Amino acid sequence: MAYAAGVDVGSTQTKAVIVDEEGTIVGRSLIDTGANVIQAAEESFLTALREHGIDEEEVEYVVGTGYGRYRVTFGNTQVTEISCHGRGAVHLFPNTRTVVDMGGQDTKAISVSADGEIVDFCMNDKCAAGTGRFLGAAAAALDIPIDDLGPVSLRSTKPIKISTTCTVFAESEVLAWIGKGKKIEDILWGVHKSIASRSAGLMRRVGINDEITFTGGVSRNLGMVKALEDRIEKPLNISDDCHYMGALGAALFALDNVLSGRTPIHTTTGATT
Amino acid sequence: MTTLEIPHDLVGRGNREGAAMFRNWFAELDNTAKVGGQSAYVFVMGSINEILKTFDLPVVFPEINSLQTAVRHVAHEYLDEAENYGYSPDICGYVKADVGTQLRGGEHPMGQIPKPSLTVLTNACNTYIKWAEIWERMYGTPVFTIDIPGTRQAGGQTWRGDRDFEADRKYVETQLRELITVCEEVTGKKFDIDKFREVLTHANTMSRSWKRILELNNAKPSLFSALTDGTIFLGVANGFRGTEAGARYFERVVEEMEYKAANGIGQTIDEKYRLLFVGVPCYPIFRRFNELFTDWGGTFVNSTYLWFASGGTNRGFEYDLADPIASLAEGVLISVRDAMDSMFHQNVALADMARDADIDGIIYHPIKSCRTVSTGLADGRKHMTEELGIPSLFIESDMMDRRVVSEAQMKNRIDAFFEGLETRRAHTNVDAQG
Repeated sequence: MAYAAGVDVGSTQTKAVIVDEEGTIVGRSLIDTGANVIQAAEESFLTALREHGIDEEEVEYVVGTGYGRYRVTFGNTQVTEISCHGRGAVHLFPNTRTVVDMGGQDTKAISVSADGEIVDFCMNDKCAAGTGRFLGAAAAALDIPIDDLGPVSLRSTKPIKISTTCTVFAESEVLAWIGKGKKIEDILWGVHKSIASRSAGLMRRVGINDEITFTGGVSRNLGMVKALEDRIEKPLNISDDCHYMGALGAALFALDNVLSGRTPIHTTTGATT
Repeated sequence: MTTLEIPHDLVGRGNREGAAMFRNWFAELDNTAKVGGQSAYVFVMGSINEILKTFDLPVVFPEINSLQTAVRHVAHEYLDEAENYGYSPDICGYVKADVGTQLRGGEHPMGQIPKPSLTVLTNACNTYIKWAEIWERMYGTPVFTIDIPGTRQAGGQTWRGDRDFEADRKYVETQLRELITVCEEVTGKKFDIDKFREVLTHANTMSRSWKRILELNNAKPSLFSALTDGTIFLGVANGFRGTEAGARYFERVVEEMEYKAANGIGQTIDEKYRLLFVGVPCYPIFRRFNELFTDWGGTFVNSTYLWFASGGTNRGFEYDLADPIASLAEGVLISVRDAMDSMFHQNVALADMARDADIDGIIYHPIKSCRTVSTGLADGRKHMTEELGIPSLFIESDMMDRRVVSEAQMKNRIDAFFEGLETRRAHTNVDAQG
């Protein structure tokens, strides 16, 4: 059995996915990127291999993606995460025509064709407004774990309106609402709605066409899923693997090369030297 | 197999000689500043160089001065100077770099910039008007604003013989005659109609050649980068308009491009994707920006910048020497309104160009600093992509301010755009093979 791998080096987390010749995920991993990007890519890849007991030599092609894609030094080639999220989403949900990817530092809206080809895409401009980083800032200001953001926000009964999506100003805005005696869940729901509004704007620029698949780390946040669904008035495809969508797409591009007979040798040995 | 002997005097002369002329131009400005000579401050969209050159007034293009600070990686120093003085970060970067230059007493990386004796502008850009007022306040410089009543492409244009057109032409002619009087007052010289005809003759050669050079670039492979090489040609087109040196230069560049076209000498070895550029270049990373595309085999075949920033002289309008002032008015009316259309209603021209030059994609580059060229781009892009099916990319940055130029994010978008083009081409090839 031959395998292919994708390694998605994001701004906050690095993901790796191993697929078999059928395109089925057989291994995955998720680690914090940290300061040593090359090492994170390598560790993530090796961890995913271990999950399924695959030897490194059995992986015939590796594609790097994400902002650190050129730091996947053992990879055979690089593909942008925009193409990878589109490809992965259509693989996982074949009727996908719109992808919204919310990661640590950017949010992307991607329009895709039936075969996963990118028709158009749009990203947030050069600030972290409306991205996962904004949620992180709010969590820090409220001193609650990131994983609790969604569930807590869904308890809101009187949501407040957050006027900024500026990550730098998020903390002061959140603290101002606490000072006014507002409940944490109402503030958090306001935060989610604010991000959903901005993301929906990006989606409209490429066209919101059924089906819509939500990818990236923030897709695990059920509060964000609901806020976005409310905003666009359409359901979103989500799955546990949506967080790995960039790596999955990269692995599928790698698999294309395996199946077409192109099998360059790669190795992690010495990759960090 | 025979190898083509490339005559190096011919191939590359446009860039080489253009760069030398540019240095000479700034050296002359430096000398003018040092001896306290006169100069006219003008803008690229409607410089009216034809009249100013008749009075031997050295011309200063503050837009070109400003972009040069970005190309030479010192724009931030000038922008900081203006912002520290009190200008908002949101104001046009060209304006602020110029303010920085003026606050430094004309100190510029290419030499000393003289103070203005006269400012001439058109209404092609709304910022021109407020910008000129700064010099008016700083130096008491006379400001001459020419109102060009452009009929826009979107609304149906008028032409010679149409009643409205003739009224507009007369309106512009009256203003030009007034400008001549102002120039006589500022310089103390009488207007010389014979010299004026000579200037117009050179301007005609330049316009005719410029049009030809742009047409020649439809060749496959394309002959020069509309983004990098084209900007050098553009500098000469503006700074030397109406001069013998400018006319000779453009004739020589036509020779170069005709030779390259005849011998299949392209701007790159492997041209895979032919692109159009819409907007103003990203000067803080001028060469690198182009490389982000050429790395994928993408080449810029043409650019709206070469249209509007040459004041519409790309149309090739030639003046009638028998009735020179009226003809200049007609040329200014047609060319400047075309420059404005190149910013606001470029869809027709882009669609024609996409067809004639066999274009694979359009790159839209809206910039923070300039609402004038950026505002309509979203509509334009929707039209070209959704109505005509031409792939396009929207990348936002700035022409001056490196604080809003993120190369990593830019590269990500550009790489994704080319990945899409590659996939599309692969599918098309598979379909063609049945």
